[in-house]
Amino acid sequence: MPSQFSPIQNAEALALEQQHVHEIYNQIASHFSQTRYKPWPIVERFLTSLSPGSIGLDIGCGNGKYLAVANPGIYIIATDRSDQLVNIAAKEKCVRRMKTADVGVADGINMPIGRGRFDFAISIAVVHHFASRERRVEAVRTILRGLRLDGGRALIYAWALEQGASRRGWDEGHEQDVMVPWVTKKNKKKNEQFDEVDELRETVVERYYHLYRRGELEEDIESAGGLVLKTGYERDNWWAIACPRTGDSVI
Amino acid sequence: MKLLTANFVQCSVKACSATPKCFPLHFDQQTADVPLELAHEDVDFSPEFVYNMLPRIDWPALTTTARELGNNMLPETKPEIENPNAPEHEQLLRDLHTLLLETQIIQGSMRCENCGHIYFIRDSIPNFLLPGHLVQ
Ligand SMILES: [Zn+2]
Repeated sequence: MPSQFSPIQNAEALALEQQHVHEIYNQIASHFSQTRYKPWPIVERFLTSLSPGSIGLDIGCGNGKYLAVANPGIYIIATDRSDQLVNIAAKEKCVRRMKTADVGVADGINMPIGRGRFDFAISIAVVHHFASRERRVEAVRTILRGLRLDGGRALIYAWALEQGASRRGWDEGHEQDVMVPWVTKKNKKKNEQFDEVDELRETVVERYYHLYRRGELEEDIESAGGLVLKTGYERDNWWAIACPRTGDSVI
Repeated sequence: MKLLTANFVQCSVKACSATPKCFPLHFDQQTADVPLELAHEDVDFSPEFVYNMLPRIDWPALTTTARELGNNMLPETKPEIENPNAPEHEQLLRDLHTLLLETQIIQGSMRCENCGHIYFIRDSIPNFLLPGHLVQ
């Protein structure tokens, strides 16, 4: 049985996600997309290593940059909560001629997928946007539930608390639930009404993140009924490859 | 949305996922404001790709979907193919390629047989988001 959230906490978390994740991504979709075009090496390796005939999910696909990864033998259904980002992903799919892929708008917890039919799933920089631990675990459970019990694998990435090397200034011991500003510089010519007020040329919105501390992604995967197969740290993110624990009633 | 995708999606409502009626979603009742529209989109033919996808496909669901979209040509049971490059299988694999990968559902709606919820497809993109009272 799916776990039940405590109503107040769930409602608060949902409201926070609505205001500081869903609305923000729809607002910043095109600008965000211009900054997110390079596939991360470990994700690329995960996708290229899949055997021909593999079918899987990219849950929280954003602008669909992983649809372009060159593995013509696999089929990817890519979804995102933001319809604006999915519109961009749909165009990417056509521009890059990746015809063995498809896109859709879907919520990471209320996914339109059944149990155990997918060979793989990727969730890249997504679960850190769920605003309570229960919801993060449920998001992971949703990913794992879709995987085949005989060899289905998920690759999950989440932003790390330990970012000592980055300019953001977070590290061990810092508050884990943070608001991260996103600055959009408006084109002066397109926004002449703002010309007299310089500050208005910049729009700042705040995105909610839960920064994962070392070991926390593994804990969430295990709580969701998963088995952690491999973990690592890449570019300020923790990542893990996991599969469903077979014979587990949670899954 | 491709027909191959339709073979892997079901109702997003959590309560429906416990019933077999949540899959496949049905195209048999369309609405006047978003009438069903199909289109053909060329995709390079790979017999191996179709052959490799066959074991993944839920055949009864595919025949239902195809029938609701006006294609009654599929055999009742899943064809068994040993060698994707054998000439006697080429036509069948080409037909499946056209059906699964080249047929685009440009717009229309899909209905859950269990709860009756309708999911719309517009500009080839299906939307599986639920109204607030159905979200968990
Ligand atoms: Zn339903």
